[in-house]
Parts: sequence; structure tokens; C-alpha cells
Amino acid sequence: MRPAHTEDTESESRLSTVARFMFGVGPLIGLIALCIGGTLLNGDFATVDNAMNVLTRTSFIGIIAVGMTFVIISGGIDLSVGSMAALIAGSMIYMMNALMQGFHGHAVPPLLIIALGIVLALVLGALFGFAHGVLVTKGRIEPFIVTLGTLGIFRALLTWLADGGALTLDNSLVDLYGPVYYASLLHVPVPIWVFAIVAAGGALVLNRTVYGRHVQAIGSNEQVARYAAIRVDRVKIVTYVLLGLCVAVATILYVPRLGSATPTTGLLWELEAIASVVVGGTALKGGEGRVIGTVIGAILLSVINNILNLTSIISVYLNAAVQGAVIILVAFLQRGRR
Amino acid sequence: MSLAVRFQGIEKQFGPVRVLHGVSFDLAPGRIYGLLGENGAGKSTLMKILAGYERANAGELFVDERARDFASSRDAEHAGIVLIHQELNLADHLSITQNMFLGHELKKGFFLDEAAMRDDARAALNDVGLHKNPDTKVRDLIVAEKQLVEIAKAMLRSARLLIMDEPTATLTPSETQRLFGLMARLKEAGTTIVYISHKLDEVERVTDEVIVMRDGRFVARAPTDELTRQQMANLMVGREVSDMFSDKPHLPDDAPVAFEVEGASVPGWADGIGFSVRKGEVFGFAGLVGAGRTELFEALVGLRPLCAGRVVIDGKTVKLKGPREAMQQGLTYLSEDRKGRGLHVDMALKDNLTMMTLERYAHPLIDTRAEREALNAAVKDFGIRTGNASIRARMLSGGNQQKLALAKFLNPDPRVIVLDEPTRGVDVGAKRDIYFLIHRLAAEGRAVIVISSELIELIGLCHRVAVMRAGELVATLGMDLLTEERLIAHATGTH
Repeated sequence: MRPAHTEDTESESRLSTVARFMFGVGPLIGLIALCIGGTLLNGDFATVDNAMNVLTRTSFIGIIAVGMTFVIISGGIDLSVGSMAALIAGSMIYMMNALMQGFHGHAVPPLLIIALGIVLALVLGALFGFAHGVLVTKGRIEPFIVTLGTLGIFRALLTWLADGGALTLDNSLVDLYGPVYYASLLHVPVPIWVFAIVAAGGALVLNRTVYGRHVQAIGSNEQVARYAAIRVDRVKIVTYVLLGLCVAVATILYVPRLGSATPTTGLLWELEAIASVVVGGTALKGGEGRVIGTVIGAILLSVINNILNLTSIISVYLNAAVQGAVIILVAFLQRGRR
Repeated sequence: MSLAVRFQGIEKQFGPVRVLHGVSFDLAPGRIYGLLGENGAGKSTLMKILAGYERANAGELFVDERARDFASSRDAEHAGIVLIHQELNLADHLSITQNMFLGHELKKGFFLDEAAMRDDARAALNDVGLHKNPDTKVRDLIVAEKQLVEIAKAMLRSARLLIMDEPTATLTPSETQRLFGLMARLKEAGTTIVYISHKLDEVERVTDEVIVMRDGRFVARAPTDELTRQQMANLMVGREVSDMFSDKPHLPDDAPVAFEVEGASVPGWADGIGFSVRKGEVFGFAGLVGAGRTELFEALVGLRPLCAGRVVIDGKTVKLKGPREAMQQGLTYLSEDRKGRGLHVDMALKDNLTMMTLERYAHPLIDTRAEREALNAAVKDFGIRTGNASIRARMLSGGNQQKLALAKFLNPDPRVIVLDEPTRGVDVGAKRDIYFLIHRLAAEGRAVIVISSELIELIGLCHRVAVMRAGELVATLGMDLLTEERLIAHATGTH
């Protein structure tokens, strides 16, 4: 608007080009440095087995974090994903166990039961996400508040459903459902494949579709997006639905791992997912971010954990403290942006 | 009481970009100076150095013959130099009083002296003619009122040298008038004033002397009454500027009506507005800030609730629930607030250009090469000056941002386009380009509606001008009746 802006911003732009480059590759450099460090500290780190192990365990948080990337870029947040995962897991197990008792006196084939469980998970995830989206847009409540509320609601429902204890999957289903977590395809565990597919799909949608561009536009400036004939409410609702679906997919992979849901299932997943997104270079205030960054962020956080577990530099009880310090460090480096 | 300033060889660079190349001139005390220059000429940077917001890389600044190098705006204020910001520098959640005393709070012992601050604030608001309760929160003010608060705030600092950077960009003629009265009083009291504006008629009216800068250099100075506006414009651009306006496109008597509004009412803003615009016509909307023009059109395109009224586009009654439906029916609205509503300043140029019509480039993946081609075409077509097509919109100058915004809202190929303050904060060269573009749009057979507070602009552009006052359409003037006096008379109700 004023002449000075052109002058100021030219210098800013040069700075931010460098800064943006750094944030593009920063997390990746960090990850590589960590891997080199891990290899030097412990010979077991750089083995295929360990890599697969780390990636498999990253995939739950990673898949959720991909969905979270969309929500955060559009300017929202979802604190409920951990509780949502727990409730979806509990509901799945509850329904599958019930179907094992037969439906109206007829036995239901186990494979169909598992398929129905998966469908239930996806429907619930989409439904929960839809509810969040509608409350945020049509209800005009801050997403932080909405999802803080459902964080409590979801976990309480699960606890009530499990009567304070654990919901455990019927033994005869465990064997059949197990491969979804434990099987490998081309020597790569199934969860990693799913993680890769979700991440690739997410990146494609975010960068190369009308919807993805609209998500970025809304996060960059919602008012401008509204004036540019973008259906802001609809786009935002869909981000929450996508995240709900991601949570459902993560849960579908998670249930066969332990075969049960307890009041501590998915505890603090929301923080790990948000941390992955932020470490990956997406600004919490929205506008811009990258799915690939989120993927690297998620892997980086679990590699830290893995190295600390493999080596005895510090007590494993302090793992979370190291992760926390990394998150703050990354935020510190991000200050200069924009 | 007043103060003299001398710049000597001031240089400034931001990174590798040099914006001031050794500027030297002096300002005598107690005069009003018009500082002219196109966007990017360096005048704002120079003034920021004077007011302590920036530091020069080389050269010297003398205030009352003492070499000074202000480390902060506070330092400069101590020396009696105050820069009036544009509206953006107020804290929205604080009251007018709190904003005016921010960092300079009055105290009674250990506690804030609220009563004294409120009284002082009220007196300063009175001076600038803003009749608002000083306890009003700034977020409840409209843009023009915020600008007046900024000016009142500067009054409290009892400045000996006052710098005003485009203070009237958002003000209506009557508010501008009052500001000029205030400036005359300040000058009488011995204050030196530096007045930066793109509105040459105002510069002509209010200043004693004009200083022109171009490309980071001092170009010329002369007493205002020795220069015509044409000469000022020529000095600014460094070449002859022919007439600002092209001839109005011919409007045949039988041109069909493209856009018709009947009985449109917007709660609190507009009541029973009716008008019609023909294909190929440029139709203006004049009125004071707050007359309801912007709100009327925002409601017509579905951005705010319209409680009554009928909209007809090309003979078809349409129901516009939101900007998307409006766009699909061939109507787009470019907001007056370029950075807050018009452009995504943090996104790439091509992303901005294709934002409204992205479906056209996606099958189903976005074809970024087609987008880049569209941008190249728009850059040529609209005369957007940018060295690099991959930058963000923020990095364009005001005029080029506005051209990009125009290209964006024309990309859906609307039959009716509403341009709200299309030349606000835009330099002379870009202004002229935009005027020519508006006439071209009309010549292409579109109905063009221009909302503007610059009367000269409406008179030079429009076939007809409607005047709104306090939410009502009070007059529609044809070409033969278009004069500044008549427009002001209708707008203020002193008819």
C-alpha cells in the first residue's frame, strides 16, 4: 500500500528465500544427522530390522499427522485425535465381539466381521471429523475449544464402554485380523505401506488439487479466500473429515497390534501428531506447510526415541524430555519465518 | 518552537537493494511540504529515517543544525519528530484512549491516571473531528476513523515536525477538509509538516512547497503555486504523462441493461436501493465513508446478509447466496481492502491469479504450467511489472498488486464487475493504467461499477454516478451533470 513496503519487503524476501530453503531441508538434515549419530552410537541402529521397526511404529502417528497437516494448514487444530482413536478402537472391538455371538441367531463369517469393523471405524472417523467441522464453521467455536471438549467426551465414552477396564478382541478374530499389523509385503510391513500411501496421497491432494490449494488459501487468509468465492466452510469441514478418516485408518492398523482398547489407548497421540506437523515445518498459524515435512517430522521424533532406547546415554524415562526439547528448538528456529 | 531539518547524502540499502542514493535537501521550519514520488521512489524510507524507524547506511541528518542519528522512534519523538502511521498500527482490542497513550501512559503515583488520559484523548479527538467515545474499542471503528485516531495520537505528542504518510487515503472529502484545517492551525503554531500523498489536488491545495523524489534520488523542489498538477506528475514519473483518462467508451442508446437491483436493503447500512447498469457502461458510486456503498455490494454478492431486494443479471432474476454463486452468474466484486480481502499476499502470483477459477486448470490435478502461462498472459495484458514471476504477491508494489487483483477478479470473465476503490494507494502511472483498463472493460461490453472516494476519478471514468448518503441512494447524475461540487453537495446533504 505504501511505497516503503516494496522496499522493506524486497530485503525480507531475500531473507525468507534462504529461510524457506532452510525449512524445506532443515528437518531432513536433522534426520540424516540423527541417523549418522545413531549409527555411530550403536551398531544395531543401522539395521533393516530396526529401520522397519521404527517406521512401523511411526506409521500410526504419521498417518494421523498427515491429516493433521491439512487441519493445521487451514488454520485449525484437533486435540481429540488420541481419544478419538481410543473410542474408535473400543467401538470396533465391541461390535466385532458382539457379532461373534451371531446376528439374530445366525453365525457371521469372521472375515465379514473384520470387514464390518473396518467400515465402522471409517464411518465413525468421518462422522467425528464432520461433527468437529460443523461445530467449528457453522457453530463458530474455536477449534481448540471444540476438540478440547471432544477429547474428554471420546475418552470418557470409551472408558464407559470398557467399564473402566479393557475391551479385548475375541481370540478367534485376533489370528485372522493380526496380519493387518504383522504381515509384510515385499519385506515391508503393511503399516508402512499404508503410511506411504496415505502420505503420498496427502501430498498430491495438498499440492496438486483444487481442494489442496483452497486449504492453503484459507489458512493464508480466510477473509481473502471468502472474497475469492471459495466455499470456506465446506473446505474446512472436509479437513476435519479427512483427519477423522486418517485416525480411523491408524486405528484399524493399531487394533490388531494389541487386540484391546483401554482408557490409556492413544494417550497423548494428539501431541505427537501436532509435534510431527510442527517439526516438519508447518506453521501452527496455518497458511503453508508440506506433507513430506510432516512425514520427516514424525520419523525424526521416533528416531530420537529409538536412539535413546538403544543407547544408554540417558535414562529412557527422559525420552519425552528430549523430544520436547527438540520441538522447542525447532520452534525457536522457525521464529524468523514471515 | 519549530524545527529545521537537513538531509545530507542520505543512503540506505536493504540487503543488496539500494533504495536511497545520497539524498540531500533541507526543510525550513514552519512550512508544509508535499513530498512526491511514485511507489518505490524512497520517500517513505527517507521519512522513516527521519522519524527513527530506520537508520541510514551513510550520510548525515541535521536537526536544527545538530547532526542526529535516531536509534528509535522514541528518540525522534524526544526531538519533536512524529510520523503518523496508517491505520494498521493500532491495537484492535484496546480502547481509543489506551491506543493513544500506548507507551506514554499518564500516571498518578503508582497507578494509571485514566481520567486525565481520557480527557486528553477526548480533546485530541475533537481536534481531528472524530466524535467517538474515547473508551470505544479500536476494532469497532471503521478504517477512516482509525486513521483519525492515528492523527489524534500524533497531536498528543506535541510534535514540532509532523510527517503524514498518505493520511487521506481512507478519508472522505469532509474528513479531509477538517484535516486540512487542522494542518493550517498546526502550521500557524509553527509546526513543520511533511505531507506524502498521491492525490495531487490535495498537495496543490494544502502545501507551500513541493519536493519530488524519483528512484531514491532528490529530483526537484519548487513552491507549490509555481507548479501545475501536470508538471508535478511529469516530475514524479520523469516523462510526460498525457491525460490521465482515455475518452469514455461510446455507450449506444439501445445498450441492454446488464445489471439491475431493486429495493436492496442491508440491515444497518442500506435501505431500498435501486439502480441499473447497462452493458458497456461505467457506473460510479460516490458517497462519504460509511454511506453504505461497500456494504451494499458485499450484500449483493452474498458476503453479508441482504434482507430484501431483487437482483437481475442479463434479464434473469438471480439469488446470490455467496460469492461463488455470484461469480457463476457473471458478477465479481473486488474489495477496497487489497491486502485483507483482495489478495493472498503470502501466496505466489499465479496462485492468486487462478484462485477463483482453479477448476479450469485442474483435470483433476492442477496443471501448473497452464497456470504459469495464464500468469504470463496476465502480466502482459495488465501491465504488471515484476522482475520475477515466482515471487509472492506481497513483494509487488501497490499498483502492481492492484493490477494483479484486477486480473484475478476478471479471470472468471464476469459480465458485471464491481471495483471498490480500485486506485487506492496506487501511484500515478499505475492509476492511469487502471483507468484505461476500466474503459477497456466497458468497451468489451461489460457493465463496470466503480465505487470511489476520489471524485475526479468518478468524473473522469463514469457515464453516470449514483450518490449514496447514510444508506440511501440520493441522486444519480448523468455525464452532463458530473461536477465535484454537485457530487459533494449530494454526498453531504448540503444540496
